[in-house]
Amino acid sequence: MTREMTGAKMVVQALKDQGVDTVFGYPGGAVLPIYDEIFLQNDIRHILVRHEQGAVHAAEGYARSTGKPGVVLVTSGPGATNAVTGLTDALLDSIPLVVLTGQVPTFMIGSDAFQEADTVGITRPCTKHNWLVKETDALAATIHEAFHVATAGRPGPVLIDIPKDVQFATGEYNGPKSNSSHYHPRVKGDLEEITELVAAIETAERPVFYTGGGVINSGAAASQLLRELVDATGIPITSTLMGLGCYPASGKNWLGMLGMHGLYEANMAMHDCDLMINIGARFDDRITGRIDAFSPNSVKAHIDIDPSSINKVIRVDIPIVGDVGHVLEDILKVWKSRGRKVNREALAKWQAQIADWRKVNCLAYTNSEKTIKPQYALQRLEELTKGHDRYVTTEVGQHQMWAAQFLGFEDPNRWMTSGGLGTMGYGFPASIGVQMAHPDALVINVAGEASWLMNMQEMGTAAQYRLPVKQFILNNERLGMVRQWQELLHGERYSHSWSESLPDFVKLAEAFGAKGILCSDPADLDDAIIEMIEYDGPVIFDCLVEKHENCFPMIPSGKAHNEMLLGEAETQGVIDSKGSVLV
Amino acid sequence: MSALHIKKGSTSHSAYNLRPNFSDVQERHTIAVLVENEPGVLARVIGLFSGRGYNIESLTVAEVDHTGHLSRITIVTTGTPQVIEQIKAQLGRIIPVHEVHDLTVEGPAVERELAILKVVGDGDKRVEALRLADIFRANVVDSTLGSFIFEITGAPDKIDAFAELMRPLGLAEIARTGVAALLRGE
Repeated sequence: MTREMTGAKMVVQALKDQGVDTVFGYPGGAVLPIYDEIFLQNDIRHILVRHEQGAVHAAEGYARSTGKPGVVLVTSGPGATNAVTGLTDALLDSIPLVVLTGQVPTFMIGSDAFQEADTVGITRPCTKHNWLVKETDALAATIHEAFHVATAGRPGPVLIDIPKDVQFATGEYNGPKSNSSHYHPRVKGDLEEITELVAAIETAERPVFYTGGGVINSGAAASQLLRELVDATGIPITSTLMGLGCYPASGKNWLGMLGMHGLYEANMAMHDCDLMINIGARFDDRITGRIDAFSPNSVKAHIDIDPSSINKVIRVDIPIVGDVGHVLEDILKVWKSRGRKVNREALAKWQAQIADWRKVNCLAYTNSEKTIKPQYALQRLEELTKGHDRYVTTEVGQHQMWAAQFLGFEDPNRWMTSGGLGTMGYGFPASIGVQMAHPDALVINVAGEASWLMNMQEMGTAAQYRLPVKQFILNNERLGMVRQWQELLHGERYSHSWSESLPDFVKLAEAFGAKGILCSDPADLDDAIIEMIEYDGPVIFDCLVEKHENCFPMIPSGKAHNEMLLGEAETQGVIDSKGSVLV
Repeated sequence: MSALHIKKGSTSHSAYNLRPNFSDVQERHTIAVLVENEPGVLARVIGLFSGRGYNIESLTVAEVDHTGHLSRITIVTTGTPQVIEQIKAQLGRIIPVHEVHDLTVEGPAVERELAILKVVGDGDKRVEALRLADIFRANVVDSTLGSFIFEITGAPDKIDAFAELMRPLGLAEIARTGVAALLRGE
């Protein structure tokens, strides 16, 4: 199907042919022809954000909650540079995005023209790939290739920079063609390695599944296969922050999240296991803690679609390069064909050991009748929302870790958080993207007041599109995680870690035509949360919580999994000078 | 007081730069990368090395297949075995990269570099420079009464040796291409 059309029309046509229904963007001089085409059609909804960073995070929320690529349209220069944080966030968390940027006309590139920036140069290290399209004839093929690259293999953000004269000129439009790309990452794992892993599973005495965002990215089928394998073998399973939901929190083999603020039983199981099966995780430093003391006595298997993840941080014994879904399918096949064996006796002992660790009750905290403890707020939120069709986004900090600890996720794609980059300001726009994709769902952004202020301008977007996103702000008037580190590492000198001059969040909500709820008494909390859930429209919930609560458990910097802190009493002088330079 | 004692030569990009498990021996590898000849592809390769803290000892690039739009980049790098593995895996992730070959592992390979050296001098030094050039099979490509420009081809250490010998004889300038390399045999 070849047709003559303008570059601008091609952009819209290509998006339609790629099945795009929603675009998050902000217009400007260098993308006006594309905006003109958007004006002339009704198939693609355009969501006008209030800042380009918001557009990218919204697209991330859309992508993570649907499994489809998110699409962003912004202008040249500042439009593109404002998108950089979102691109980097998506790169580190492997989120498929297609970002279209306008550019000054080709004949002005390099002249320091108005709103000119070297967009492909700036975004080269923060995209999976990017393109500057200099000819209208190449535009359609580039957009189709961009969708392929964003979604194939390890997903990631891609960017297409389109000069304004390319948008005006006419050229030949071609629809998507399969197999036009040379980029086809391997999805099937090596059978020999898979068999070796199955043999290890059959005999292991203390095995553990360590799962990550790769399971979610591989699609719903991968999570299903994982559940089948876990439940059939009875091997305990933990997840990274990015992997929450790949195995149900109510499942009997669930250990909870692992890592720096992970659960005691999960981290102890990682430390003491004799077989670690990493599925779609990447041995991030939040997970491993001190490398030379990381799970010292285990055989390690690593399933990852990205060969560069293997042996990057931790040397593994059984590397399997492939898509999680495909590899799990083969593992199940081989395991079943060899007679579904596990070391039942040893496994029972291992499960008993884990049950002992569970008794430590690592998430215990001292509740209060006077002030709302943040943990309590999240427990109540969990209790009052868990039956709902619920999606949760978060900002970054203590509230994020508490949300990961206290909220339970039964399914993949229900939990959207900035893991790798740790972007404060992610959660609010992400909740907008999620709500766009799931108009009838209950979408809650668990936030801290400091993070939330970073992209608060998106209240305008939420109000304009009547998106009933619930902003559940745990307001401690502090940069809680920074404050916690200053307490532990910097002699309780709380340099610039408090939130001065905070707005009245109820009035702020009302100023945007939304609902504001203030709650400071634990006795009122349930009613206030129910009021938030039942309100049909955007809500800012200002939950005034204990100001000096620390987030535990915690593996201090430079320590091993089995050296984690469980509460306040253990925090004095725990981080040595070597640990204090680590972040 | 420096709190952290990062081992010299450590190239981890993780904050937890405390990796005892891998060999610390620095190896020199020659890597050939076949890439789509498109704008920015060299920047991607170089950006990968600078962004992740890898070494580049030399790098050459030129189009080798005009119809197929392919360029060949030859990189000489040093690092621990684990870093070398990472470099190859990271190169393989770049979308326009078609093939990555570690010629040091897949070898033996022929490695050649071309250099031109300007040697300024007169009298005995000039005669000696010419005599040594002959031994090294260097050609004279420019000559004045007070200078020569020699052209020499060979493995990098041969060029190093020649340059060392020319230094006391009036070496004024040197330009080197970096290594080009191919696997031996079929």
